Amino acid sequence: MSRINSPSELEEFRKGILLKRDPNKPCITLCSGSACHASGSGEVAASLEAEIEKQGLRDKVDIRRTGCHGFCERGPIIVIHPDEICYFQIKPEDVPDIISQTIMEKKVIERLLYTDPVTKEKIIHESEIPFYKNQKRLVFGSNGSIDPKSIDDYLAIGGYSALAKAFSEMSAEAVLGEVKKSNLRGRGGGGFPAGRKWEGSRNAPEPIKYVIVNADEGDPGAYMDRALLEGNPHAILEGLTLGAYAIGAHEGYIYVRQEYPLAVENVHIAIRQAEAYGFLGKNILGSGFDFKVIVHQGAGAFVCGESTALMTALEGRAGEPRPKYVRSNIVGLWGRPSVLNNVETWANVPLIINKGADWFTQFGTEGSKGTKIFSLVGKITNTGLVEVPMGTHLRDIIFKIGGGIPGGRKFKAVQTGGPSGGCIPEELLDLEVGFDELTKAGSMMGSGGMIVLDEDTCMVDVSRYFIEFLTDESCGKCTPCREGLRQMLKILTNITEGKGREGDIELLEALSETAIEASLCALGKSAPNPFLSTLRYFRNEYEAHIREKRCPALSCKELIAYHIDPAKCQACMICFKKCPAEAIVGGKNKIHVVDQEKCTKCGTCFEACPPRFSAVQKISGEPVPSPIPEEERMITRKGKEK
Amino acid sequence: MSEILLQIDGNEVKAKEGMTVLEAAQSAGISIPTLCHHEKLEPFGGCRLCIVEVEVRGWTNLVVSCVYPVAKNLVVRTRSEKVDRIRKMILELLLAHAPDAFELQVLAKEYGADKNRFEKEASFCIHCGLCVRYCAEVKKQNAVGFVDRGIRKEISFIPEIASRECWNCKECFPLCPTSYLQAAYVLTEALVFPSSAKT
Repeated sequence: MSRINSPSELEEFRKGILLKRDPNKPCITLCSGSACHASGSGEVAASLEAEIEKQGLRDKVDIRRTGCHGFCERGPIIVIHPDEICYFQIKPEDVPDIISQTIMEKKVIERLLYTDPVTKEKIIHESEIPFYKNQKRLVFGSNGSIDPKSIDDYLAIGGYSALAKAFSEMSAEAVLGEVKKSNLRGRGGGGFPAGRKWEGSRNAPEPIKYVIVNADEGDPGAYMDRALLEGNPHAILEGLTLGAYAIGAHEGYIYVRQEYPLAVENVHIAIRQAEAYGFLGKNILGSGFDFKVIVHQGAGAFVCGESTALMTALEGRAGEPRPKYVRSNIVGLWGRPSVLNNVETWANVPLIINKGADWFTQFGTEGSKGTKIFSLVGKITNTGLVEVPMGTHLRDIIFKIGGGIPGGRKFKAVQTGGPSGGCIPEELLDLEVGFDELTKAGSMMGSGGMIVLDEDTCMVDVSRYFIEFLTDESCGKCTPCREGLRQMLKILTNITEGKGREGDIELLEALSETAIEASLCALGKSAPNPFLSTLRYFRNEYEAHIREKRCPALSCKELIAYHIDPAKCQACMICFKKCPAEAIVGGKNKIHVVDQEKCTKCGTCFEACPPRFSAVQKISGEPVPSPIPEEERMITRKGKEK
Repeated sequence: MSEILLQIDGNEVKAKEGMTVLEAAQSAGISIPTLCHHEKLEPFGGCRLCIVEVEVRGWTNLVVSCVYPVAKNLVVRTRSEKVDRIRKMILELLLAHAPDAFELQVLAKEYGADKNRFEKEASFCIHCGLCVRYCAEVKKQNAVGFVDRGIRKEISFIPEIASRECWNCKECFPLCPTSYLQAAYVLTEALVFPSSAKT
């Protein structure tokens, strides 16, 4: 492949790619992101290849292994173009049918379709499935239609046209102006306006500047940046190059955690391809602008998502934040102006340049423009990645797109913003998602994690879990974070174990104040959020744990007991046989009793007891009823009297 | 370097551009408590004890004076109810590790810190990093460093360097605010290079 030397050559080249592609030729796209890979998409791909070979269809059908489609709950996913027939949870044994029926005979295979859980109707097309229908996938949508390892696929959907537009029609100031006007705010946590950050770097006197992609996604359960970098790496490179052009940088870095091997692989491939085509390197598209990108793999420390810690790590030192009161867009990497934005933020840039700030600002709220990708996980029916306009109601994300809570359980709260975000209760479900709205509710946007919690979740334990995560991830440099979190974790653990004392809440509040006011970086300053937000909305749970030694959600092991209701027990022996601790006393026709001394509270008996009996109960905050006397335990069954 | 006028605790203080609030205060004889600060070393901003209140454009902020730069007309308050409350908490958190350290006890008295507020976990080290930074910045030896992170972080001598350099230096010993370092050093010496300890 020879270099493309000008925007017009690019358009010619693009036409050539499109001419070679027959829009009516069937194309099977198979989701091959990390999540679907885990659920077997690699095997499906192999059997697709084999089946097509076997049936001699090599020239009649294309296969495209794409990045993540988002509906990870139902993966691996196949979408057959141009009819957009959507099949879910594909196994290798489904492949022969797909080829012989759908590809050869244009017949839809009912059993592989999505079934609407309410209407029980089978749905053929992606765009009609509630999970997709209620989204607005501006940034994430291309993932499903391109092979991330193919630059031609990216060019076929208009890739690098924003870069060509910038070089042919726009000055660097104009690119910066458009991004400023779009009001794009950082998708990585802070929500700082990207344009203002860029402008600071552009205006800084130091001539050597850098642009950096923060792909150190570290929030538990969040993977939107991984999905973008794996599934559409050229979009990130294009955005980054536009940023470099706008601020006058000639070197860019992608800081990606090494736990994302597919993202690392795909971004390396993308860089090589972009260099070969002349979208990176010297004299890009004949513009005279030079820009190179270097990938740096991080060792997966959460604190390295913090901008100054990330830059310190890039410099080859231990990833600890800097104590200076100076912005990194002025004094950043190697002391030079450095614009750091996260993956999703960069991915928005080509859209803004292509379609204009006015187009972009029609989506979203007053303070938060555009869309946001959320990773919807936890107690939710449709686990996956969802992209919605800013301002969408939380309720719609969780119920319309997410399909609500599985197993008929009740919604309790949604934890947003990653470990240092907060929990939002049911009464605030009509909240519009946006940077300021979430902060006002005591949580934050963060990078877009959403963990749904149901009624069986203990909020004190949730808070303990996140504080434990942050304690583990604290770099340990400053006292309020290192020592404050150590003590907060101890107190919270004590509370969940029934060792809470009066005054614990006040002490936690005092430790929170010190962490917020005196910590060195954002990790410590926001670390008390999980505690503060659960205290704000679920104070009664803290009080029940401390004062009554009771866990209202019946979740904290040390505070619950399992008890078999003698009136309901049918002596069926199921729990008796399944108990791994041999803690169930009883026998055939003899009512079962839990030996509290032996019980490890694993919950096996509770799960095992048939719902028609529901004899096993969880109790908390009250004494376990004493077992009925031995002589009353025998059951005489009707018709079986001896 | 141009001269900057700022106000600290109601006093007009002259400072040079590029100075920190802590340096400006010290030059005017105003005391701000510190644990990780050392005039020969780059500011670390780790202990956070030197936290003060500043007023910038009508907003009151809490900042750490050892790294916060002076600015024209900056108003600094080195004590306030909130500043004292936070310093007290920081001291109590550190006293859990080094309850008998003299420096901490003096400060605890000043701020009413209770060394029994938190369960004791006597590790002696309070992570001020003076030894680590002094060895790196002044002695250029890096014989002692931090290992691990967060609550598992601790200081550790690098045996290969320590066995060569430390015995004749020991300049970090008197810097340690809790005297943990000497114990650590002696321990390392005993474990790693016992032969040289006898000489």
